[in-house]
This record gives sequence, C-alpha cells and structure tokens, in this order.
Amino acid sequence: MSSDLVATGIDAAGAVAVARSPRPSPRRVSAGPVAPPASGGLLEIDVRVEFEAFGLQVEQAIPAAGVTAVFGPSGSGKTTLLRSLLGFEARSRGRVALDGDLWLDSGRGIRIPPHRRPVGCTFQDGRLFPHLDVGGNLGYADRRSTPAPVAAAPITRDDVVDALDLAPLLDRRPDTLSGGERQRAALGRALLSRPRLLLLDEPLSALDRQRKEEILPYLLALHPRFGIPTLYVSHAVDEVALLADRILVLAEGRVQAFGGTVEVLEHLDLTSLTERFQAAAVLEAGVEAHDGEYRLTWLDLDGQRLSVPRIEHLAVGESARLLVRSRDVSLATERPSPTSIRNVLSGVLVALDQDESTAFAEATVDLGSHRLRARITRASAVELGLAVGLPVFALLKSVSLDTRAGR
Amino acid sequence: MELPALAPLWLSLQLAAAATAVLLVVGTPLAWWLARTRSPIRPVIEAVTALPLVLPPTVLGFYLLLLMSPRSWLGGLWVEITDTTLTFSFTGLLVASVVYSLPFMVQPLQAAFESLGRGPLEAAAALRASPIDAFLTVAAPLSLRGFLTAAVLTFAHTIGEFGVVLMVGGNIPGRTRVISIAIYEHVETLRYAEAHTLAAVLMLFAFAVLVFVYVFNRRLSVRVV
Repeated sequence: MSSDLVATGIDAAGAVAVARSPRPSPRRVSAGPVAPPASGGLLEIDVRVEFEAFGLQVEQAIPAAGVTAVFGPSGSGKTTLLRSLLGFEARSRGRVALDGDLWLDSGRGIRIPPHRRPVGCTFQDGRLFPHLDVGGNLGYADRRSTPAPVAAAPITRDDVVDALDLAPLLDRRPDTLSGGERQRAALGRALLSRPRLLLLDEPLSALDRQRKEEILPYLLALHPRFGIPTLYVSHAVDEVALLADRILVLAEGRVQAFGGTVEVLEHLDLTSLTERFQAAAVLEAGVEAHDGEYRLTWLDLDGQRLSVPRIEHLAVGESARLLVRSRDVSLATERPSPTSIRNVLSGVLVALDQDESTAFAEATVDLGSHRLRARITRASAVELGLAVGLPVFALLKSVSLDTRAGR
Repeated sequence: MELPALAPLWLSLQLAAAATAVLLVVGTPLAWWLARTRSPIRPVIEAVTALPLVLPPTVLGFYLLLLMSPRSWLGGLWVEITDTTLTFSFTGLLVASVVYSLPFMVQPLQAAFESLGRGPLEAAAALRASPIDAFLTVAAPLSLRGFLTAAVLTFAHTIGEFGVVLMVGGNIPGRTRVISIAIYEHVETLRYAEAHTLAAVLMLFAFAVLVFVYVFNRRLSVRVV
C-alpha cells in the first residue's frame, strides 16, 4: 500500500483517492430512476421483511447491468436485502424478479428456493468449503452450474483461474489462505456458478488496508471481463466510489437515494449515513497531461487544474474519478501563499452546517458542476467569517491512491 | 477356552453393529431435523429422544416387552407378518437396542449439525446445490467427527446394555445371550474364570476402540476445520 501512495501533502493516511474510470467520459447516469440499458435486463425488487425491532422495505427497479452498490451504514438492511434476493430470508414478502423471471411473489405463493435462483454470491467471511481445496471449491460450483444465457461466451474455469490468479492456490486448503486469497477464491467460485446476477457482500470488510489494495484490482477487472450484473454491498464510501456505476443508498431499512454514483455521492448528506470521518465527495476530472519529471498527472476539473501522482493507466482525455474526504479539505478566504498543498480550488460556499454538539462544521463548496465538502472547526468558521455565498478556496491535502498501480 | 464361551461376545458384536447401522439411517435425518427446525414441537421430540438416557433400563425394557408381546398391536402384527415373535428373539433385541441407544446416535449428530451453522449450507445453496446434495457433499463431510463419535458411542453403548436385554430378550444361548448377560450369569454361578475371560476381552476391546477414536479424531481435526 505504502508504495502506491505518494503523499504530496500532509496526511498519508487517506485523503484524495484517485480512481480510474476506463470508460470514456461522460458516463453519467442521471439521478433518480435509471432507465435500463437496452442490452441489459431489470432486477425488480419490492421486498418487505419484518423483524421485531427492524423492518426492511425496499421498492426499486435496478438495471441488471454494470455494478450497483448497495450502500449504507451497518444495520441499514443491506445484508437483509441481499439475503432476500438470495432466497435465504424466509420472512421476506413481496416480489423479486430478474428479467421478468419471478423469484418471489408472496401474493401468488411463488418462492423459488435459493438453489434454483441464478445468482452467485460471496459472503463477508468467504465461506469456502473447508473440506475441499480451492480447486475443489471451484469444481463444486463448476459442476452444478449451467451456462448463463446472458453471457455471450460461457465462463470457463480457466478464465476464472486466470482472472483471479488462482493457479497457485488450487491445491491449498481454505484454512491456509490469507484473507485476501480467500476472497479471491470465493469470487472465483461465485463466478463459476455462472450466475445472471452476482451479489458481493462486503468482500473487503474483513480485510486490512493492505489486503484491500490487493483485492481491489481484481474487483475492478471483474465486471469488464465477465460482464455479470453485480450488486456490491458496502458501507465504505471509497469502495463504492471506485467500483459502482450507480448507488442504492439504504438507511434504516428504506431506500434513501438511487442514481449514478457521482450524483448520489455529491448530493447526499453522507454525514448522516456514514461515520463522520467518511463523509466525502466524488469528483470526475479529465486527464489533461502527464508530467514525467515529477511523475504527476494533471487533471481538469471544470476549468480548474489539479495535480495528482501519476495515473499510469489513464490516457489523456480519459476521465478519472476522485474521492475527496471532507476531513482532508481545508478552507481559506484568500488564495493561500505558497504551501506544500498543491491543489487549491476556488468556489463558492453554498452551505455551512454546524453541529453544536461537536467542535465541527461541515461546509459545502460549489465548484461549478461539482461540490466539495470540508470539515472544519466551528471556531475557524467564525474566525474566517464564513457565510453562505462567500467565495472561498478549498485546499486539498492531496494524497493520491492509484488503485490499479499494483497490477 | 472353548469357542462356545465366546458366542455371547460374537452375538453382542452383531447386535451392536446392526443397531449402529439402523440408527445411522434413522438417527441422521432425525438429528438433522432437530438441528435445523424451528418447529414448536422440537423440545417434545428432543425429550422423547433423550428419554432412554434417564429411564431405568428395566422400565424401558418393561414397556418394550409389553409393546412387543404377541398380544400387543405391534407384536401381534409382527407375528402375523413373520410368523415369529419379537420378544426373546434377535430382532426384538435389535428393536430394543435401537430405542435404547437412540440418544447416543442423535445427540452427537445434532450437536455436529448445529455447530455447522447456516454458512456452509447457504454457500452450497448459492452454488445450486439442492438440500440433499448440500447435505451429502457439505454437511456430512464437515460432520465426520460427529458421525464417528455417534457411531462409536452407539456401538459401545449397545455392547454394554444389560437391563433392557434381560427384560426383552431373556437369556437364550446363541439367540439373546449377549456378553453382559453371560458375564452376569457366570458370576451368579460362581464361574469366575469364564467371567474373567469375557470381562477382559470386553475391556481390551473397549480400550482399543477408544484409542482408535482418539487417534482418528486428532487426524481429522488437523484436516477438517
């Protein structure tokens, strides 16, 4: 991890994350209901699950294409929703259909058992079969699956072994694998069940930072290579920002928002849904130039320039996705004199939310077509005389993370 | 010593093997059901299953004797079908042993199945394995230790049973005179030498079985989980 990190500012522990975006920009999906792409199908969800202390009620049609993040804090119902889709939640009521094939219609007494649903999944804890080696686990899925009608070319065992670098692990038992290797093997096994829908339940949550960096490239490569519509469950903003085409935000068992990743993360009040330090904004910026001498990449964000450690895999003209955490943004009312902070963006303060119970305030800065959030102290808000409508400069303590540099 | 003296041992081994086999077939689905069900009658079934643990063998034997007697519906039916009586026969002993040893098969299996949790079975279901497929290919191999423990306990317990056998089977040489009854009779008739021989054989056998189980269990624990 540390080798992929180039700190140009102060805080090496995690400010700006540079994501790839290999697909050409613009790749916007409008907020609100998303029309299904012509090629893909539709996952229709209208599910209710009643618990004693908690109820899940989700009604949302999701295009069965690309990667859709199911995002929300712990206890928001993400896993319950996933289990309903898999057929493991006996208390679920309502209707679930993929491309018109009913999996659940409690009104008509239809409840397709889990093993007849064409869905693959990975669990947080991997759940490899401990009595089989990795090859045996893959074979278990391989033997029981039927070629998915969606995939243009059937997924072969060799494809999967190659895509996830599983060859050296095939003879190993699950209890001898590292957490990251386990998740890779579990991903491979899920792929070999040749599902029409892939559900990934927080595949990174049980891993430490270093292991996450190990797995992310595989996750990023998964969808482009196999093209299986994916629901990616996570409570981590950075994972979602990197991986997802669109986001379904859950809180307290209800859908809070659904739409394109950038829009949802930009407009959502993330502070209420995530732990405060996670609050962040996602920016999409075009690659303007690469600088060989200082190994930087220059990005264009609505006419303003940003520099980040060089992103090798993006060509000029492609777009990069940046995640900027609010705790890594400082504000100034004048353009600061030279500092070690390279990225200073000018904008207008459009909101200032003070949390009287803490020392902090969250400021929202409009940059044109993007918005940034800054977490500052209430005291400095007063000292700077911050008020809505005031022009401000946002200082990004930029630490860039190229998630595919390891490959 | 002459061979007929070992006949009770041979009979006990046959009885224990047969009871273990029957109980593997009967007890596995019962244990599986008990481990997985949320049915409100589960405690009742569990209590019935555990009853042989707490009942004096003579009580159990007494009821079994009544049930198997040709005058009862079950015993009568048996006579009609097979033209033999259940009481004082090897088959009757087997039925009694199956009832008597039921908890020794069901409880270790139930514990093993419960300790599996829902994880492996859900993983199997998500990979298109039907419930029976998932049981045979995932639950059963992961419960090997449970099966081993259950089978050994059932076998050993059946070898050692006395009261039920005496009530139901009596003491017919070659048919129902099992080793524990033979030892008892030898002692009663002051034939200590024969009693010693049979007792020593039984003790060595039990010791060998336990050593085997512990060795095998250790191996298993390294390889599985």
